[in-house]
Amino acid sequence: MSYNMTNVLGILFANAHEESVPELTAKRTMASVPFGGRFRMVDFLLSGMSNSGMSKVGIITRANYQSLLDHIGMARPWDLARNDGGLTLLAPFGRNIDTGLFRGKLEALDSCLSYIRHTGCEYTVLSDCDLVINPDFSKLVQAHIGSGADITAVCRTADYTVDQTRASTCFEVGGDGRVKEVSINRAMAGRRTMDLNIYVLKTSLLISLVTDLVSLGKFSLSRDVLQGKCGELNISVYEFSGFCMRVCDLESYYRANMALLCHDDLAQLVMSERPVYTKDRADAPAKYGFDCTVKNSLVANGCVIEGVVENSILFRGVKVGKGSVVKNAILMQDTSVGRNTSVSNIITDKNVTIGDGLTVSSSENCPLYIAKGRTL
Amino acid sequence: MYNKKECVAMLLAGGQGSRLYALTKKVAKPAVPYGGKYRIIDFPLSNCVNSGIDTVGVLTQYQPLVLNDYIGNGQAWNLDRIHGGVHILPPYQTSSGAQWYEGTANAIYQNLSFIERYDPEYVVILSGDHIYKMDYSDMLRFHKEKGAVCTIAVIDVPIHEASRFGIMFAHDDGSVYDFVEKPKEPKSTLASMGIYIFSYQTLKKYLTENELDETATKDFGKNIIPALLENGESVYAYRFSGYWKDVGTIDSLWDANMELLATNVDLDLYDTSWRIYSNNDTAAPHIIGKNAKIQSSMVTNGCYIDGEVESSVISGGVTIEEGALVQYSVLFPGAVVKKGAVVEYAIVGEDSVIGENAHVGAAPETIENKDEWGVAVVGQEITVSDGATVAPKQIISESI
Repeated sequence: MSYNMTNVLGILFANAHEESVPELTAKRTMASVPFGGRFRMVDFLLSGMSNSGMSKVGIITRANYQSLLDHIGMARPWDLARNDGGLTLLAPFGRNIDTGLFRGKLEALDSCLSYIRHTGCEYTVLSDCDLVINPDFSKLVQAHIGSGADITAVCRTADYTVDQTRASTCFEVGGDGRVKEVSINRAMAGRRTMDLNIYVLKTSLLISLVTDLVSLGKFSLSRDVLQGKCGELNISVYEFSGFCMRVCDLESYYRANMALLCHDDLAQLVMSERPVYTKDRADAPAKYGFDCTVKNSLVANGCVIEGVVENSILFRGVKVGKGSVVKNAILMQDTSVGRNTSVSNIITDKNVTIGDGLTVSSSENCPLYIAKGRTL
Repeated sequence: MYNKKECVAMLLAGGQGSRLYALTKKVAKPAVPYGGKYRIIDFPLSNCVNSGIDTVGVLTQYQPLVLNDYIGNGQAWNLDRIHGGVHILPPYQTSSGAQWYEGTANAIYQNLSFIERYDPEYVVILSGDHIYKMDYSDMLRFHKEKGAVCTIAVIDVPIHEASRFGIMFAHDDGSVYDFVEKPKEPKSTLASMGIYIFSYQTLKKYLTENELDETATKDFGKNIIPALLENGESVYAYRFSGYWKDVGTIDSLWDANMELLATNVDLDLYDTSWRIYSNNDTAAPHIIGKNAKIQSSMVTNGCYIDGEVESSVISGGVTIEEGALVQYSVLFPGAVVKKGAVVEYAIVGEDSVIGENAHVGAAPETIENKDEWGVAVVGQEITVSDGATVAPKQIISESI
């Protein structure tokens, strides 16, 4: 069968898993959560799709999508400003007078079936925006076609903690790579094959599944398709082996950011032949002052550092004043730390101002979150 | 069909910049990196768009590949417009033959048809040689108020430097009565910045007449300005007072970068009200590693710094390995400094590699004869092999 990647539609769910990081998503979608010094979560999947040659991507939003609209703009940074297709933001509309907004992915897809049909793509890739990952989708689609499966689910087999499995789908997989059993949200530590919530399937199959199941009042992709159709359909897994971290709570968000301090991991994630694109802000390079001491940190353009910074992620435009010490911290865009102030184990959201002579800290495993725009 | 524009800018970007030697072997001078994430041309282009000039012709000739790629469709400077925007203008062939750009005036003359598509009242002539922030709309207002046919931006320079510039002589009201190109004994300190605003019809008339003069060198400074003054046209000098730096030599390029590291910088790149835009910034933030030591420096996205860096400007995608020392230097994009190497008082070109324990440049205080000291330069895509030495003032354009 012949196909090329322009014939593969990408669908991203911008709001999925927001409840797992309520602090960060209070005023934004999961897709627009800032990450890694200058990115937002959506950049990873969107860049992956663009780099894989996909030319049509729809982002399904549910609520709080102002920041996402602002970030995406015309989608030019991802090379998805196209005459034909490109990036389409699929804003929500009440599909059902009684229920208002969609309840699950199937209802969400049902509300944009006309868009999906109109793209004319033979295959569809579905994904959430809670992964820090840089996949080559063309390999996924190739594997899907080669295996003859109805649905291919991307998964990661590893040792997981109870917290990591609490809100996730795991598979029992047979020797032929076919899914035998699906367990949803079962909190259980150990070696598991975890669903990364990235699927590829024929668009025609997607449309018929959505139409049929929604008419029966069903709305959950994992429960009603993966679990419900496990026997009936050939659902296979595709093991992803590259760098991948999932954001499932504030602590995992913190750890995923800190993982980028490993140069090899960062190189694998963003400095490869598949760059991760983002909206640029025309900041000058970071400036290091006369007395500063900086170690083991990720620093974006526009930062001005005059104090001590260790084991931290500094987003664009962060200022650290003279005599201040920043340790084990994630300081988002335009956070300002005054003079002679000490901060450790904290996450500051955008535009936080921390004054002079203060001490703000938390314990190592429990980063303290400071909301957007706060002044301390 | 085409929208009329009140003012069009023409940016002369075809120069080789031969005094930058190895650094301009493969790129035109306006494409030379500066300040970590910029290229020289970012300054005039950003000035244009910040001044409300949205139509810019960029005249290229020498090594245009990098420049063409860098400018692209102009989107990075908000110059991808439906009407106007940025246009690359290389020399071209006509029914009467083909001709290279022979001088600054000839380059503009050959592109009069481009200018006429926009039917402008005024044309701004710019060069890609200088680092500065300037509101050209203020200068245009001055030009209109004075009723000038040509306004030349000037800056006060120290008298001992004046012989390097075209020097203007002006009355108190700004009207110019004389002009001397690089005088041996300068009697005025008003240096021409190479920025001209012309009323278009006058420009067209003088360029056309200049073309007919077979003895002319077809240059603005040598021919057009003297001819205007000779004919008593109203030529005015517009005084500019701000940061303005020629970066046409190795020393001045190095100086201009070092000036960015001062505590009170004259050129504020962090001022968001007059942003300087640049292209190709897709890299991740940079990593300062566990073994790094960094002070008084600027570092751009995409770098990996695990060595010691002091008083240096580090462009995007640079790697400085553990145990390496970089001080008082400018590293262009993609440069690599390997373990144990020392780079001091030097400029390292794009994608060049300084091998392990190699030594590039030296501090002036270590050299007895001051005449032998100077900034060391490693050109573009060059490898300095392990343990090799590049002496101060040495410029290398081949791998050693």
